Amino acid sequence: MLPVVFAASFALAQVGADRAGADKRRSGYQDMGAALQKMQDDDSANPGMLFVQLGQQLWSKPAGAANKACADCHSIADMKGVAARYPAMLKDGDKPIDLEGRISLCRTANQQAEPFAPESRDLLPLMAFVANQSRGMPIAPPQDARLTPFREQGAAIWVRRQGQLNLSCAICHDDNAGKKLAGVTIPEAHPTGYPIYRLEWQALGSLKRRLRNCLVGVRAEAYAHEALEYVALEVFLMDRAKGMIFESPGVRP
Amino acid sequence: MTQVLINAPKTAKKGEVIELKALILHPMETGFRPGTNGRIIPRNIIERFTASWNGNEILRMDLSPAIAANPFVSFFAVATESGKITFRWTGDEGFAVEESVAIDVA
Amino acid sequence: MKDIPVIPRAKPEGPLRPHERSLAALGMTPRVNRRAFIAGALVSVLPLATARATPEAMAAAIKEVVGDNAIREGRVTLDLPPLIENGNAVPLTVSVESPMSEADHVKAIHVFNEKNPQPHVFDARLGPRNGKAVIATRIKLGDSQKIVAIAETSKGEFFSASADVIVTLAACLEDLT
Repeated sequence: MLPVVFAASFALAQVGADRAGADKRRSGYQDMGAALQKMQDDDSANPGMLFVQLGQQLWSKPAGAANKACADCHSIADMKGVAARYPAMLKDGDKPIDLEGRISLCRTANQQAEPFAPESRDLLPLMAFVANQSRGMPIAPPQDARLTPFREQGAAIWVRRQGQLNLSCAICHDDNAGKKLAGVTIPEAHPTGYPIYRLEWQALGSLKRRLRNCLVGVRAEAYAHEALEYVALEVFLMDRAKGMIFESPGVRP
Repeated sequence: MTQVLINAPKTAKKGEVIELKALILHPMETGFRPGTNGRIIPRNIIERFTASWNGNEILRMDLSPAIAANPFVSFFAVATESGKITFRWTGDEGFAVEESVAIDVA
Repeated sequence: MKDIPVIPRAKPEGPLRPHERSLAALGMTPRVNRRAFIAGALVSVLPLATARATPEAMAAAIKEVVGDNAIREGRVTLDLPPLIENGNAVPLTVSVESPMSEADHVKAIHVFNEKNPQPHVFDARLGPRNGKAVIATRIKLGDSQKIVAIAETSKGEFFSASADVIVTLAACLEDLT
């Protein structure tokens, strides 16, 4: 009956995979102060790791009418690299699916269980556990031509002005990244750490939740939870962050 | 059931000063925040964190609503003898969690 | 994986803790129990602007600990980031120089704030078994303010250090407020 003990510290260097060309892209990690970076790096201090641990427990718990656990079909090693290459197209699907959607699909189709509620207490830890298996790996969106129209849809949303503040994502995160907004550095908005423990939420949350915060931030109406816009944006953002090191679970202000 | 993460060395030399870290999942609701209905969400915090080495208390910490959610504490202890280091959290709503790690001191 | 048992215990009783006493002094009701809240019996909707500690409340809380003893500078290091990206979880470390021997050790570390709703942050009891008088944790800060750490030694001496911090917030949050 041993508790989980983490004895190691995890130091992450966000230099990017492109050594020859000196990758100038910055993860949100690099825009945080040293104290928060230390919080993310230390597995026994990173609050996201509490959710990873919970996800590991849920991984082995049978669920649904099929009474199957994730562990019954997948080994943990199978999950290495998965989060770094999502969103992806389903084999015979016509729309891309994000990690959250893929886990939910397994739950309803394979486990034959009730679907998860958005940002639910069971889904997020499972996402955290799966995403953590890709920590340290470069972001590697799949080379799938079927993703192209969705990536372009995401790119179009990125540059479109929205909301009462009439701002586009690009205005802050491309044109003004690195500058200060109300005392805080504007990050480049690469999804390197999701799901993240956001200090503002005092909880773990998904990229979708963060994108909703952005939409509220510019005083736009957030798209519905199931909206394809979020997945299209994520396809675009993961491509934009291609090669950057995946850090999940990240800690962010 | 709640989530706890403890970082403690498995072995130590007698007299060595070791670092102990403990992290626990808990909302630490301050009792000052209004909920979505405009009413204050009642306080729900961990009030006390203690650590003991083979039953001898080595740290007692009284927490307030000013401690962040999912509280983290790091402190030091002299490795005196082999045995069990026990961490205990108690607080509002009858919250009481205890977790121990074994340590071998040579 | 094992289940960590949550041992049921009676509701908090006994004398009010320090942070609860400070709240009572500021005119707020600690220990609103959940049943009463749901019944609507004890609705205290505090307008956030007025429910604040003040430098006077912090001074009173410090005096409660220190009494009439002198507070000396030195020996205490209070480590806080000067610019805080989010006040919900601010890493803080208090270290006190001390031999931590039976004859001369830090027996308590108290941390206070001046602008949160109540002035206490935490009180830690230590002893020679710690080897080092260092406590690290994460605290909540509602505003830019001064934080004070006071160390009490076994010889009855009090040492303190303080830090002024600026608390900022991200631009894009969940709610409009």
